[in-house]
Amino acid sequence: MSGHTALIEARNVWKTYGDQVVLERLDLSIAEGEFCAVVGASGCGKTTFLRMLLGEEPPDRGQILFDGTPLHMEPDAGRSIVFQRYSVFPHLTVLGNVLLGLELRQSPLLGRLFGGARRYARGKALEMLAQVGLDHAQHRYPSELSGGMQQRLALAQSLIVQPRLLLLDEPFGALDPGIRADMHKLVAALWREHRLTVLMITHDLKEGFALGTRLFVFDKVRVDPQAPGAYGSRVTYDLPLKRPEDRALSAAVPALAMA
Amino acid sequence: MKRLINLQPSRLSAMMLALLPFVLVFFAYVATSNARLEANPNDKLLPAMTSFGEAMERMALTPSKRSGELLFWRDSASSLRRLATGVGVSAVLGLVIGVTLGALPLLAAGLSPFVASLSLIPPMAILPILFIVFGLGELSKVVLIVFGIAPVIARDIQGRVREIPRQLIVKAQTLGANTWVVILRVVLPLALPRLIDAVRLTLGSAWLFLIAAEAIAATDGLGYRIFLVRRYLAMDVILPYVLWITLLAYAMDRGLRLLGRRLFPWQAVSA
Ligand SMILES: Nc1ncnc2c1ncn2[C@@H]1O[C@H](COP(=O)(O)OP(=O)(O)OP(=O)(O)O)[C@@H](O)[C@H]1O
Ligand SMILES: [Mg+2]
Repeated sequence: MSGHTALIEARNVWKTYGDQVVLERLDLSIAEGEFCAVVGASGCGKTTFLRMLLGEEPPDRGQILFDGTPLHMEPDAGRSIVFQRYSVFPHLTVLGNVLLGLELRQSPLLGRLFGGARRYARGKALEMLAQVGLDHAQHRYPSELSGGMQQRLALAQSLIVQPRLLLLDEPFGALDPGIRADMHKLVAALWREHRLTVLMITHDLKEGFALGTRLFVFDKVRVDPQAPGAYGSRVTYDLPLKRPEDRALSAAVPALAMA
Repeated sequence: MKRLINLQPSRLSAMMLALLPFVLVFFAYVATSNARLEANPNDKLLPAMTSFGEAMERMALTPSKRSGELLFWRDSASSLRRLATGVGVSAVLGLVIGVTLGALPLLAAGLSPFVASLSLIPPMAILPILFIVFGLGELSKVVLIVFGIAPVIARDIQGRVREIPRQLIVKAQTLGANTWVVILRVVLPLALPRLIDAVRLTLGSAWLFLIAAEAIAATDGLGYRIFLVRRYLAMDVILPYVLWITLLAYAMDRGLRLLGRRLFPWQAVSA
């Protein structure tokens, strides 16, 4: 990725919990606009790394740079996330969930917008909902949505704040295969439309190949059978993948969202 | 024949079954009362239904000779006012303390053990202190209720706030929220349904503290009246008062439940 400034750069990152080493000597660098898929065995530290990128967990050693400067060690509006579950707010309607991103940032005192500002934000939120195909469900609560619809809502909610980096932690792990295929198309389309940088953890290697421009494999290089926690994981493979532009992908975003 | 564990009552039979114990107790009472009154017409322990009617007419419909007031309604109004003030203050206090302690680990570290210790002090044991400090008027009764239930509500709300998935708190921050706005737009709304439940659960204790305080020092109130007429063995007043208190408590519980469903539709569907 020479010539680009790296959006994320991890240098010699270590993380231990107690005497269990989770990550060791992890190096990676992600350029703006890439779609990185992360795969690895369960418990190898993928979520831990993602939490470090969010600023929820500091690395024990090493450094993570975000856009060339040390990562802000607290979640903020530059980095958005979609979890496998619990990404949307149960007490807000579909529209309210998307609107929230605009309200929280623009109104530090009440967390709400009124009058013209609200009407404008509402329009933007509805536009975003249309992109993920949820405009018809704007008045429903998350508990009234299917799993796929909830994850589409989570995507819309994350994207409305225009994050520099979108983190996805097994976002489609709980969905049926059919719905998952629709979600892949949607995510690919959103990635191109919004020129996002994405880091997606997945258990599904095919998903990683289908969506990513790059695939990271997290694994341990050393294993001590007597002490499974003695060594941590790092990036063992870093595969550039064919750009999804080359693939037959329809660019008509709303049509894709009709899952 | 299905197994007992699989038998479900129909709507109608469920209603009949629910009524049955009440009807049985009623008839058992009437029968025992009749038997006792036949043996001794001056028996005061289990008055006849007609005596209840007369007593309540005297209390609720006839102005009292001394003050010209309808005592039953005055008692009800005073007790309900004290209860509402005490429960209302407790709900607000409990919510504010619970949400703050639940959402801010730094404050919780400093204050949680303190609130937990407070909630372990038996409120009745400090009633004399309240009388000494706040006098025998309304304030000490309200403070007793608040002291008795606010810490319980606070701890319940704190627990609920801790149960909020971490993901939602992180998510709100990635949407650009500061601490205050996270609390205002995420933590508080998610804790509010629990407040209704906590108030419903502590209403019983609130009544207990109210009646105890009224029994010891008051000039009116449902608890005051019951303990006053006890001296004359006036079961014809005590039993209707108890029934009335029970009805009020039941109505409050139902009302709060309905309110919760109305205010938080998102919760009803997820349950
Ligand atoms: N807060 C924590 N305290 C202690 N240990 C932790 C903590 N978080 C994670 N771990 C440990 O770190 C290891 C890596 O966890 P992590 O959640 O990152 O795995 P993962 O790769 O995301 O796994 P999965 O694919 O199952 O989600 C696990 O062994 C886990 O037990
Ligand atoms: Mg994980």
